[in-house]
Amino acid sequence: MARDSTAAPADRSPASASKSAFPWIFTAAFAVSVALSLRAAQVDPRLLVESAALANVVKFVRGMFPPQLSREFLGLMLRPALETVQISVMGTAIAILIGVPLGLVATASLTWRGVLHERASRVGRWALGLVPYILSRAVLSVFRSIPEYVWAFMFVRAVGLGPFPGVLAIGVAYGGMLGKVYSEILDSVNPRPLETLQAAGASRLGVVLYGLVPQALPNVIAYTLYRWECAIRASAILGFVGAGGLGQQIELSMRMFQFDEVLTLLAILFVLVATVDFISARIRAWVA
Amino acid sequence: MYELRGLRKVFGDGSVAVDDISLTVGRGEHVAFIGPSGAGKTTLFRILNLTLRPTEGTLALDGREVAALSDAELRRARTRIGTIYQQQNLVGRLRVVHNVLAGNLGRWSTLTALSSLVRPHGAADAGRALARVGIPGKLYARTDELSGGQQQRVAIARVLVQDPDIILADEPVSSVDPSLAVTIVTLLRDLSHESRKTLLMNLHSVELALTYFPRIVGIRNGRVHFDLAPGKVSSELLAGLYAGHRDEEAQLERIQDGERLYGGACRPLAGFGQ
Repeated sequence: MARDSTAAPADRSPASASKSAFPWIFTAAFAVSVALSLRAAQVDPRLLVESAALANVVKFVRGMFPPQLSREFLGLMLRPALETVQISVMGTAIAILIGVPLGLVATASLTWRGVLHERASRVGRWALGLVPYILSRAVLSVFRSIPEYVWAFMFVRAVGLGPFPGVLAIGVAYGGMLGKVYSEILDSVNPRPLETLQAAGASRLGVVLYGLVPQALPNVIAYTLYRWECAIRASAILGFVGAGGLGQQIELSMRMFQFDEVLTLLAILFVLVATVDFISARIRAWVA
Repeated sequence: MYELRGLRKVFGDGSVAVDDISLTVGRGEHVAFIGPSGAGKTTLFRILNLTLRPTEGTLALDGREVAALSDAELRRARTRIGTIYQQQNLVGRLRVVHNVLAGNLGRWSTLTALSSLVRPHGAADAGRALARVGIPGKLYARTDELSGGQQQRVAIARVLVQDPDIILADEPVSSVDPSLAVTIVTLLRDLSHESRKTLLMNLHSVELALTYFPRIVGIRNGRVHFDLAPGKVSSELLAGLYAGHRDEEAQLERIQDGERLYGGACRPLAGFGQ
């Protein structure tokens, strides 16, 4: 009986055994592109140690100490800090609202391929499956290929300064990422349990509920939480274009050369990010 | 129960998995399928559990041709067939109770199915099924925390909850140790005997097949090589069945040498030197 396990993989495709030149080609291409980029991106470490640059760095760092810890300043920053968290939470919530429906339609196993569509007609598969599938993939791709920073810039123009454009920017850009990754998670589940349920006479919804969802859900939750962590960082950056939160305060302090305030603000941001990391790690460990 | 006429299955890549198989299986019959790996046994079973459609030939279930069934009829027919696979095909992250109760999905409404994930619907039935397969008390364990043998029992418990007329077991014991293999084969045999279910089993082990089944079908190159009572299966027939397949020939040599992998659980095979 023990021989069985060794006998089974023998009839797999022989192509996997043959050595591929791909790793070598890839390494060479990578080396060439680094060499070319080094020039094009004007990488010049000497600029960092030039006396003028060094003087600026020293001025900047000196100005940071001691950090601004006056009760008045900290009290004033409480609101922007809270706002940063709120932007990230609302942004992620909107991203989920965008990502879930588009992600479901962008999942091949739900729209046109695999065990759920065994009896679908060719026309039905195209009109009701493949076409919406391609459309939602395209929309998701546009949403996530435009950086949240650019989205924020456009939304500031549209709805004015404040946290709301930041929320919209995160919601749209991250909605595109969530939808794409949701569809990938759903399409990468082990199909065997699905076939088993189908073979026992389960309906399509039954197959989804007992086969697809339980396999995918922990990864979906984990990735959503990870995006929320990123959203906290992003909401700080978005403040630079006037979308509220800590970022806007950092930008103001920078412009006023109040580097002591900048250090305090960065510390607050660090604490926020670390807290969110901690919370999300705990939740992920719990659902895994 | 099953009537197969000239079944043939060619996959998309042009490989012929099942070439030409015709046979009839009656209600309540127990049949073992043996043959070298790649002979088409698994493909045949996937046709028999109605998840794979044959390229040619006809499959009739209780006199009704499967190809002519509507979607709803196909689903109903599937609920009457329980399949146990080589790999357990369970959802590891779900608790055992849900994997077992998934046997009910063929008759449950979506609402019942959904609410059962929150509060198991008929947990007592699942508990009884687990007791019958010898792992009571594992009801709320996470499925991926169980051993391979225990998971195979969960898969059997699911089929018990499904309560089909036909049980198809595709190499159910190829990933467990010999003593457990005997336990699982006898368990499936006894369970289907009690409730008069038809039992079809793919087996890698010739000894298990010839000991526990009254009818042996040898499959080679997608065709029926022989279809006989175990007493009529000679060592020459077996040698012909497995010719050219090194691993399986080694199995025959081992039996020939009098090595008894299953101890006293399998009777000595006729025609083999003792």
